[in-house]
Amino acid sequence: MNEQLTILLVVVPLMIAPITALFKSHTISWILTAIVSFTSLILSFIILFDVIDGSHVIYELGGWRPPWGIEYKIDSLNAFIALIVSAIACLSTIFAWQSVPKEINENNYGLFYAALQLCLLGLLGIALTGDIFNLFVFLEISSLSSYALISMGRSRKALTAAFSYLILGTIGATFFLIGVGFLYAASGSLNIADIATRFSTFADMQLVMTGFIFILLGLGLKAAIFPMHSWLPNAYGHAPSVVSIFLSATATKVSIYVLIRVLFDLYPVAYWQALLLPQILLVLGCVGVIYGSFRAWQQVELKRLLAFSSVAQIGYIIIGISLLNNDGITASVMHLFNHALIKATLFMGAGIILYRTNTTKLSELRGFGGSMPWTFAAIVLAGLSLIGVPGTVGFVTKWYLLSGAIAQGKWIVVVAILAGSVLAIAYVWKIVEAMYFNSKRKMVIQNVKSGDINLAKAPISLSLALWIGAAGCLYFGLYTELPYQSAQSIATALLSSEVAQ
Amino acid sequence: MMTNDLILRVVTKWLSPIIILFALYVQFHGDYSPGGGFQAGVIFSTAILLYALTYGLDAALKVIPETALRVAASFGVLLYGGVGVVSMLLGGNFLNYSVLADTPLAGQHIGIIVIELGVGITVAAVMILLFFTFSRRVDPE
Repeated sequence: MNEQLTILLVVVPLMIAPITALFKSHTISWILTAIVSFTSLILSFIILFDVIDGSHVIYELGGWRPPWGIEYKIDSLNAFIALIVSAIACLSTIFAWQSVPKEINENNYGLFYAALQLCLLGLLGIALTGDIFNLFVFLEISSLSSYALISMGRSRKALTAAFSYLILGTIGATFFLIGVGFLYAASGSLNIADIATRFSTFADMQLVMTGFIFILLGLGLKAAIFPMHSWLPNAYGHAPSVVSIFLSATATKVSIYVLIRVLFDLYPVAYWQALLLPQILLVLGCVGVIYGSFRAWQQVELKRLLAFSSVAQIGYIIIGISLLNNDGITASVMHLFNHALIKATLFMGAGIILYRTNTTKLSELRGFGGSMPWTFAAIVLAGLSLIGVPGTVGFVTKWYLLSGAIAQGKWIVVVAILAGSVLAIAYVWKIVEAMYFNSKRKMVIQNVKSGDINLAKAPISLSLALWIGAAGCLYFGLYTELPYQSAQSIATALLSSEVAQ
Repeated sequence: MMTNDLILRVVTKWLSPIIILFALYVQFHGDYSPGGGFQAGVIFSTAILLYALTYGLDAALKVIPETALRVAASFGVLLYGGVGVVSMLLGGNFLNYSVLADTPLAGQHIGIIVIELGVGITVAAVMILLFFTFSRRVDPE
């Protein structure tokens, strides 16, 4: 394979986003975005099939040799994350065709799509780069554009949600940068592979540990790991539908990817095992699962319910990492993929409901399931995946997670997963109950102009995107080869790199 | 609006070109001495800011219309990325300036100057746009 293809993943959005920003027409900006996201998807597929056997693709930016220059070193984990991000970008783009004209101010079409492409560029860049400072730069590109995207939500609350995300996100990024700075002061290098190979020469320095804690806290904030999740529900709840879909499925996942990289490839596993980090992560993950599911059950608004459910699902991924065995890490990596698919589908469902009824409050949607049976069928399907019913993607992850936990005798994890699943049944049932069971109160729909046919029929592009997602939930639950093989190859690589040291 | 501002107006008229000249010096001497696109862009934007503060927003918008700024902001990024793409087309890696000319040394010179120019244009345009956006917000219409 020509390795120039790898850099195109970053260059294509970089070149097209500024052009998109100049257009005001929705059609032109949408077509440009579609070109970007589908090109990325094809490129990610080519790269993934090239590295799935455990080989690397190396690309030196500007022709400078590492460790001095920036190096993109792509293994199966990088390619897998890039594939998740670009696949979700494609789904969001399909969804955007009819959703954006309704939700975004018509003067901002070009800027909205440009910000979306820049966000995609940042997330893909994080997934590809092998240079820790370059990674920070891409983290900032994706974060800055996501603040702008969230603030374009149509309620005024979107502005405060975007602002509090801006504050917390900036603190997270700053902590990460401080940590990287300390590590650079100790090691004199920014190349991840270079730092890892020379780690033992400066491992005793206090700076290294301080830097590690800063990096960990910064990433925890970005990934919304349990006690640092407070920005997430508001940000995803008030963002425009397309942005909720795209960010909920990708932004936190990519931060977790960075966490995995830092824990397994940057620092040696023995180093943070001595800090009792696996135990801390395990407890945070378990509490996060139960707390997130419980708060989701308490919500009365669909998008916030889904956002809190994300907090719980991040907990599962963290548990998998903290188990430190093959099954656990396989489960975590697969759940990055599975949860992205499930959450994107559910947020697309919420987006369609919002499109047609102008509300996502569960109490105002009572008995609406009969009017839009197909949309709700897809939501229920994704909801079942969230619970982990056999035959859906959620089951596969939980199965590996449970077998990993039982192999290590960590019964607290088994209890947490079961409690989380029971609570998941409760909050998914809450949606089902609201949708399918009639109430005595008549349904109230506001802000619908007379002659508006939105209410009568779900737009075709929205339904198409929704059903691609729902079909994915079923397909990858029954035929798990692609995510499972990738996750296996990733888990083996991560655990063996640590043995080699 | 101030009425007794003759000195301010005259000084601004004299100072603006000098600031712009200095910005261009920082821009194009950036590969030898401290400076470069970012600094030059900010210095350039202060000239326009000074003009807008003295003569008012409308006068400044006549000098540089907002559409031009938007185009310039995008053009700078495209110039930067364009250098990278050209070096890819010439057979090097992305942003490998050495392939841009016959000798690697000349190529590195051309590459860094064009890239810094792109940075300078974008930074100047975005700084001025930020100023225009915020100053318009205060205006009660």
